[in-house]
Amino acid sequence: MVQKKSNLQTMRRFHHLKDKFYIFTVSILTLISISALFIILYFVFRKGASVLSMDFLFRFPRNGMTEGGILPAIVGTFIVSILSVTIALPFGLMVAIYLSEYAKDNHLSSFIRVSINNLAGTPSIIFGLFGLYFFVNYLGFGSNILSSSLTLAILILPFIVRTSEESLRNVPSSYREASYALGADKSTTILKIVLPSAIPGILTGIILSVGRVAGETAPILFTGATFFIKGLPLSPFSEFMALPYHIYALMTEGTQPDRQVPIAYGSALVLIILVLLINILAIYIRNKKRVKIE
Amino acid sequence: MNTVKVKIENLNVYFKEIHVLKKVSLPILKNHITAIIGPSGCGKSTLLRSINRMIELSDGARVEGKILLDGKNIYNKDVDPITIRKKIGMVFQKPNPFPKSIYDNIAYALKVHGIKDRSTMDEKINDALKQTGLWKEVQHRLKENALSLSGGQQQRLCIARAIVSTPEVLLLDEPTSALDPLATFKIEDLLVRLKEKYTIVIVTHNMQQAARISDYTAFLYMGRLIEFGETKKIFTNPEEKLTEDYITGRFG
Repeated sequence: MVQKKSNLQTMRRFHHLKDKFYIFTVSILTLISISALFIILYFVFRKGASVLSMDFLFRFPRNGMTEGGILPAIVGTFIVSILSVTIALPFGLMVAIYLSEYAKDNHLSSFIRVSINNLAGTPSIIFGLFGLYFFVNYLGFGSNILSSSLTLAILILPFIVRTSEESLRNVPSSYREASYALGADKSTTILKIVLPSAIPGILTGIILSVGRVAGETAPILFTGATFFIKGLPLSPFSEFMALPYHIYALMTEGTQPDRQVPIAYGSALVLIILVLLINILAIYIRNKKRVKIE
Repeated sequence: MNTVKVKIENLNVYFKEIHVLKKVSLPILKNHITAIIGPSGCGKSTLLRSINRMIELSDGARVEGKILLDGKNIYNKDVDPITIRKKIGMVFQKPNPFPKSIYDNIAYALKVHGIKDRSTMDEKINDALKQTGLWKEVQHRLKENALSLSGGQQQRLCIARAIVSTPEVLLLDEPTSALDPLATFKIEDLLVRLKEKYTIVIVTHNMQQAARISDYTAFLYMGRLIEFGETKKIFTNPEEKLTEDYITGRFG
């Protein structure tokens, strides 16, 4: 009897310790993962905060990029990010609607999915080369906002398809059933019932897409980004400055590193904060719309 | 007067290779409530969904046989299922209002029927809400989201949405199984009132409900129609032993 009791106690203690070990391991790993973000933020902040000011954000660079601000790079990033997502949206949404509402479980739809996934997995430098070959040279658009936006649009297309498709699939099938039972046809059901319900999710995906393309460097490398332009890029056919490229250029081609490296870090800080704000906006809108539905 | 509104003739339904409904034939009489009862998986819902051709939306479903609505086979090649679904309304087991306002839920049904004029819509929506007994409860909050209503209210809203464009037949698939007894009572009461205007077919798992509100009852078992007749007779003096066994609860 005594023997049995101590066995039970040992087992209980063992399970207890096992539990504690798992919780500890999970917590530590989570902590390390999250700290990565904060370490990056701290690091960039420390090296770049010194140049941050209103002038930095709203003025043009002066004196061979050693003084002044990075306004054209901020504007360039903005324009190209928003334009590329705007171009990709109708295409991505159509594919998502097709995959979610029309596609049957057959070879064609599998092929489409695999293609989209492969597009998603393509290294971004290859998009850059493709953009150079196709938009800049073959179609003759030249190196400018248009070519870069088109190239980025292709890059972000799979992401828009994925997030939109997921949002559409999340719409309960009972809504569709109710609509069909009322005598509505498929296109009316999709347009008036399914799509409106999926909009919060689709919108979140769009906003996150903008944040994503804002930081892409390789696709804009050969297709329109440049180290210096005078003034702001006012036409789709003008070259443009962009934050990611600006950082790269300052660090590799700068002639006065002691002045320009802090500017590079300052630009990096601006870029990170920009993307952070965009992501926070996406989360805010998603939560707001979710509360509305409930 | 007992006219046959819907006549189901030798209906066979297959899901891929599975024979779900086997040569089912029965009449649905106009302005009466017909209940379809039977144990789980016997094909009640499949039968119901065949009447408004919703069954076609299921992958791999195949229908053989005829279903005559006022004498015309709804499964004829030249018949568009959409027109059938405009004439035959359906209410589902779990209330499924759209995530829109109470008003817009019902308005959607009208728009599908091509009614867009605001004053006509207002009139019809108010009327549907009155018929389903919801008017008093929601008249001041028509613009509120339908999902804020209770389960019973949502289901009555779904019924209002189904009847606002005055369909000829109303199909209900276990409409009260997800509701509490009070909400159930309100809806049963509503259906008895509605049969004046509509022909009603209700699938129910609840035999007492069938006995309470239906005029005719069809008993299905393993895809076959075992017996059909006046509810009174089915529940007191059924012809088939299988029917009697089910009614008395010998199996469920």
